[in-house]
Amino acid sequence: MASGEALTTSAYIVHHLTNNTVGEGFWTLHLDTLFVSGIIGLVAFLGMAKVAKQASSGVPGPLQSFIEILVSFVDQQVKDTYHGRSPLVTPLAITIFVWVFLMNAMDLIPVDFLPLILGVFGIHYLKVVPTTDPNLTFAMSLSVFTIMIVMGIKVKGAGGFFHEVVAVPFGIKLAPVNILFRVIEDIAKPISLSLRLFGNMYAGEMVFILIALLGVWQLPLALPWALFHILIITLQAFVFMMLTIVYLSMASESHG
Amino acid sequence: MNINATLFGEAVWFGVFIWITMKYVWPPLQKAIADRQALIADGLAAGERGRHELELASKRSADSLREAKVKSAEIVVAAEKRALQVIEEAKLAAKVEADKVVASAQAEIAQQVEQARAELRGKVADLAVAGAERILKREVDAKGHAEMLAALQQEL
Repeated sequence: MASGEALTTSAYIVHHLTNNTVGEGFWTLHLDTLFVSGIIGLVAFLGMAKVAKQASSGVPGPLQSFIEILVSFVDQQVKDTYHGRSPLVTPLAITIFVWVFLMNAMDLIPVDFLPLILGVFGIHYLKVVPTTDPNLTFAMSLSVFTIMIVMGIKVKGAGGFFHEVVAVPFGIKLAPVNILFRVIEDIAKPISLSLRLFGNMYAGEMVFILIALLGVWQLPLALPWALFHILIITLQAFVFMMLTIVYLSMASESHG
Repeated sequence: MNINATLFGEAVWFGVFIWITMKYVWPPLQKAIADRQALIADGLAAGERGRHELELASKRSADSLREAKVKSAEIVVAAEKRALQVIEEAKLAAKVEADKVVASAQAEIAQQVEQARAELRGKVADLAVAGAERILKREVDAKGHAEMLAALQQEL
């Protein structure tokens, strides 16, 4: 109820799910998504870079230990799944896990808290969880998709890559079927990747908004949902990271 | 659900963050972790080596202790033997010395006996001469008889 007007229930919900936009048509920018995701990412990754710069091989401090545990965990997942050798995969997986986790975690801030503060400064629309914006999830999944294609061509060579598109799984004689299958498979990857994250976070945010509508009764409901949501936040970040690793591993392994 | 240019903005953010992680986060952390692993492995190996060396050293010390015991026992035995030998030698030397002393004493005694006998002989002759002088004082020429007696004395 940041705008201070008298709002109906549906108006309240719609208001919370409206982005702060600038521009028209396709050339619209969601300022809230861009700013929140950017600030979170800059703080997280520049902070990690600062710690990494001072990282010593001696006894690590608590912050360094924490980041090392996190990074080693991701690296272990990569090592278990991805058997090629690429300097990109582990940093990519770390970036995805940390960034998605932190953006999802914005969901745990009470839904009216940040809009209320920014409302004081005259900013009336704020969708605070960037992962509830399909633009972000699609940007990530399409980037991963691009990396996947490039890696496939790089590992197998252009000839090997296109041969695989044409001849797998049914052999060269059924080339049209193979190409169709391949296209469907490859389109499904980024779509499922982005929509899974978007859908989970959007639904979670929606439930928070609905709980916030209950007035006095929101506290006993918001708390268990938030606790439950911690699981979803972590799980979705992990799933996005894991599937990215799996897709890249598939892209760099030969199928015959 | 409206897709718009935000997509490109987010793709740029994503790329920037991947770049930061790839360039400034992952390599130093990876290096620190690998270095620490090497350090820990070295430490464990050194500990193992130290324990092994300790084992060897204690074995060596036990060996040398045993050796020293054996050697000291040998020394004691040798010393006892030597002591016995020294005693024997001393006994022998003492006996020799005693024999020598006894022999010299006997020789001296014999010499003295001889001397006393010679003296006695002289005195007996004198006494005999004195007795004979007294008996023969009245009638015999002392000078003539003295010559005869001296000749007699030489014969004895």
